[in-house]
Amino acid sequence: MLREDGAPDHGHPHPHPGAHPHPHERRQPSGAGETVTIEQKVLAKNDLLAERNRRWMTDRGVVAVNVMSSPGAGKTTLLERAVTDLGGRRPVAVVEGDQETRLDADRIRRTGCAVVQVNTGAGCHLDAEMMRDALTALSPAEGSLLMVENVGNLVCPALFDLGERSKVVIISVTEGTDKPLKYPYMFAAADLILINKSDLLPYVDFDVEQCVRHARSVNPDVRVLTVSATTGEGLAHWYDWLAEQR
Amino acid sequence: MHELAITQSVVDSVCERAGGRPVRSVRVRVGVLTAVVPDSMRFCFGLVTEGTAAEGAQLEIDQPPGAGRCRTCAVEFTLTDLILLCPCGSADVEITSGQELQIVSMEVG
Repeated sequence: MLREDGAPDHGHPHPHPGAHPHPHERRQPSGAGETVTIEQKVLAKNDLLAERNRRWMTDRGVVAVNVMSSPGAGKTTLLERAVTDLGGRRPVAVVEGDQETRLDADRIRRTGCAVVQVNTGAGCHLDAEMMRDALTALSPAEGSLLMVENVGNLVCPALFDLGERSKVVIISVTEGTDKPLKYPYMFAAADLILINKSDLLPYVDFDVEQCVRHARSVNPDVRVLTVSATTGEGLAHWYDWLAEQR
Repeated sequence: MHELAITQSVVDSVCERAGGRPVRSVRVRVGVLTAVVPDSMRFCFGLVTEGTAAEGAQLEIDQPPGAGRCRTCAVEFTLTDLILLCPCGSADVEITSGQELQIVSMEVG
């Protein structure tokens, strides 16, 4: 189909400035209505914003790590320790995602670290737009490590790219050994799995090796580290891994 | 309930494309290996289309099955979950189908 000016007609006027994330439409009449072919990723808009975030951070040497787990696995405690232990080596900033309250941001702020709280309200995950707003609010220093604590949830955050360099999934030994099988999408998306609260292993029925086998059945190459935010066990390896994220 | 955010993205996109015309139906492709539940999507679709150009539209969901190809022995097989294990014992498996999450088309007018 051609427009009056001879240019192909594909559903919207040209030229349009800036990014062009959507494929052009093809239209076919179909009965009374008109079928418009779209063929676009459902999350195209989120993915585009995430890619912009990624570029924005790359330009500034900022590396973001998206930290995810179920509620209570120890994300905030691990981050508190990390920002305290790493603060001298590299600028560190934190994005705290929760449905409600500023409690976690207050905990991080007490360490002296730059932090911004994002409340998702009814939402169960952070998305790329929230991440963009958080980056604007935080304005992390050149070369920063940006730790993003996602909403405590082992399902939804796996689907939404924020523009991060890597994804870390935390499971604590007070949870079930079979969690990687119950929430395979999250564990399949992980670049690193931290098995936290290792200090409690003598008191609970958690099989670390079995958990690692389960995780690798959905993500064969994933790195796994056993740590305790309370005693500090294994944290040096976690910090080495963070230092490799450039 | 990420289905709410996902469905909201679908409705935002189709309404934007429809340019004010009423949307009669929307076809999406949701692979069985995505963490998206079609019934939840249908439920959310009714909610988020209220008051939009897509109010009352039908949501049609195609569900491509899961499939994988073993990089060790090259066999292709059905995947019903994300446990990537070839019958030959290799875990070096590439997912070839089932992770689609796309808006296919819509009917307007």
